[in-house]
Amino acid sequence: MKLLIKGGRIINPAEGMDTVGDILIENGKIAAIGQNLDAGEAQVIDAAGLVVAPGLIDMHAHLREPGLEAKEDIASGTRAAAAGGFTTIACMPNTKPVVDSSIIVSGIIHRGQTEGVVNVKVIGALSKGLEGKELAEIGDMIQAGAVAISDDGGHLDSTSLLKTGLEYTGMFNRPVITHSEDEGLAGEGFMHEGAVSAMLGVKGRPSVAEDIAVARDIMLAEYTGSPLHIAHVSSKGAVKLIREAKERGVRVTAEATPHHLTLTDEEVRSFNTAFKVNPPLRSADHVEALIAGLQDGTIDTIATDHAPHAFEEKDVEFRYAPSGFAGLETALGVILTGLYHTGKLTLTQVIEKMSYAPARLLGLASGVLKVGAPADITIIDTEYKWTVDCIKFYTRGKHSPFEGRNLRGKSLITIVNGSIIMQNGEVLK
Amino acid sequence: MSKAQVSLRNKDILGLETMSAAEMNLILDTAKEMKNIIDRDIKKAPTLRGKAIVNLFFENSTRTRTSFELAGKYLGADVINISTSTSSVAKGESLRDTLLTVEAMGVDIIVMRHEAEGSSHYAANAVKPVIINAGDGAHEHPTQGLLDMFTIKQYKENIAGLKVAIVGDILHSRVARSNIWGLQKMGAEVHLAGPQTLLPRDIEKIGVKVHNRIEEALDQADVVNVLRIQRERQKKGLFPSAREYARLFGVNAARLALAKPDALLMHPGPMNRGLEIAPDIAYSEQSAIQEQVKNGLAVRMALLFLVLMGGTHIEAAN
Repeated sequence: MKLLIKGGRIINPAEGMDTVGDILIENGKIAAIGQNLDAGEAQVIDAAGLVVAPGLIDMHAHLREPGLEAKEDIASGTRAAAAGGFTTIACMPNTKPVVDSSIIVSGIIHRGQTEGVVNVKVIGALSKGLEGKELAEIGDMIQAGAVAISDDGGHLDSTSLLKTGLEYTGMFNRPVITHSEDEGLAGEGFMHEGAVSAMLGVKGRPSVAEDIAVARDIMLAEYTGSPLHIAHVSSKGAVKLIREAKERGVRVTAEATPHHLTLTDEEVRSFNTAFKVNPPLRSADHVEALIAGLQDGTIDTIATDHAPHAFEEKDVEFRYAPSGFAGLETALGVILTGLYHTGKLTLTQVIEKMSYAPARLLGLASGVLKVGAPADITIIDTEYKWTVDCIKFYTRGKHSPFEGRNLRGKSLITIVNGSIIMQNGEVLK
Repeated sequence: MSKAQVSLRNKDILGLETMSAAEMNLILDTAKEMKNIIDRDIKKAPTLRGKAIVNLFFENSTRTRTSFELAGKYLGADVINISTSTSSVAKGESLRDTLLTVEAMGVDIIVMRHEAEGSSHYAANAVKPVIINAGDGAHEHPTQGLLDMFTIKQYKENIAGLKVAIVGDILHSRVARSNIWGLQKMGAEVHLAGPQTLLPRDIEKIGVKVHNRIEEALDQADVVNVLRIQRERQKKGLFPSAREYARLFGVNAARLALAKPDALLMHPGPMNRGLEIAPDIAYSEQSAIQEQVKNGLAVRMALLFLVLMGGTHIEAAN
């Protein structure tokens, strides 16, 4: 099947390309990029006035399968991804059982192919059972296709285990992804520690807990020479530490989430559990530092930390609610509204952080628009106005901190391996 | 705004942060009338006959629960107590289901105490009966804030311009937070004092003055409100010992002498005499601690009346 995307504004951060033109897709690959390409018998998509970008890649999603299907499964999670303009998502290993052996990696990849509608990449656990005690079979998992190693969602308090984990994973030239918060300082808290937590009487998770963990993780990356990726950076101290580490040549990369980039701890005043997340939403000074880090390249990627929970799990007292919420279907709209339309990021930067950079980090062939590359493409209307309505989400996670928000910008078409899988908000498979 | 325009009818009472000075004054004025009923030989008034109030307490409480229960009964309402020593989550029933069950029985007011901050907000969103927050974690305890202000007004006439010192464990105290919001709206100058480990970070950003030396807070104070120190905070390592706490931060006669000669001494109870407050001053002439308990009843009667019947203090008196 042939597909011709005609007259769109093609943005390809890999080559700094931002030009109006056509893209021809054939046999799941990009066959040609140019002006006035001949349609022939190809199906034509009129992309006039729209942005044509490499498909979005989320390097931090929780698909919950196996074991936690009340929250999400591969079928629902990948449909949410398609609806949000993502063509590839990498899923975290905190499932039941934990993704800590090659057979589970293979199983998720297989199920992604049979039941998923976008490309599913697997992140393997660093420790067996995410218990933070013994190394999982990291080499075996990477040979089975795991793209990175992480104890996200577990309890990696052991500095010595992180050191050996970095040394071991570094042999395979794959990054270790850390959730960097010192549990001893943050573990009992439910929100950012500051003026708002002081007023609400809610126990805080201080930003210094993140700073300390990030400092430790960077030092270990520097010492071992192994690549480290810091998940969902949220504190200004962490941004500064990562910036300085990069200047020294440490192999460290970092991501930030749409919620940490656009929301503050003021939201928690409502006690709405849709705002409960770890690391917590922080004060405005942290948000500013995070955006500055995104602008100057300290923060490499934007990742969703899509962490759906069943409705009844979130429908409890703030203190007892699990942390996290759905993010795949709102990420692009939130980033375009909050960072692009406000002039804080260019469109090329947005696409770079949400597609090209995560693809490079995970060692994927996608994230670029070039002849021969996989035809994973997102067509975006940057002006499309819409209102977030959680009930309409494809994800099972019906809680979002962006519920009811008016957003400007949305993916209208998602193409995975040359097939249109989402059009005008409808997932077609 | 004149008092007649203020109504609390059918309003949830979640905290003093969201309550206006006019609303607080309406409650305090009404409480003055209610206090007369408490001193009567026959205390029952028929005002709330046919109304049902549930005290839904997920945390232990003696004075607040008893106070609400008597307040309802003195006004003729039917009052039921539901106590559970553990949270609904631990029992396996969700808070929503518990609330819906209570609502289905046709109650008019749910007075709720719960260990989690924001649980009364949750309840207000979940069910129709009026929710009165009787303490949600370390967040707010609005009726305690109101009764403390009522007590201050009884002795000092005006709250505006007073220096009020709140001393002790501010970090874990819902009483402190409700007092801060209420007193600030009424024009008082609020000073907090305690060890740094029991003071919330950034609390000064809401306009209070913060001291680590209790003497600074007590200096020329008009009111000294001493908070309870829970002994388990020491086990958590927030201060070294009860002995050191008493020596550095306990309110005793010598420290109280730094305040104005007619300064009022208050404590929400229950007291740890010898820890946060010296035994010899707890029931001294300056102490309003017993009066606070009586006033708590009056304030709660006023509140129950106002949320169910609406209106002003004039109508309440009739």
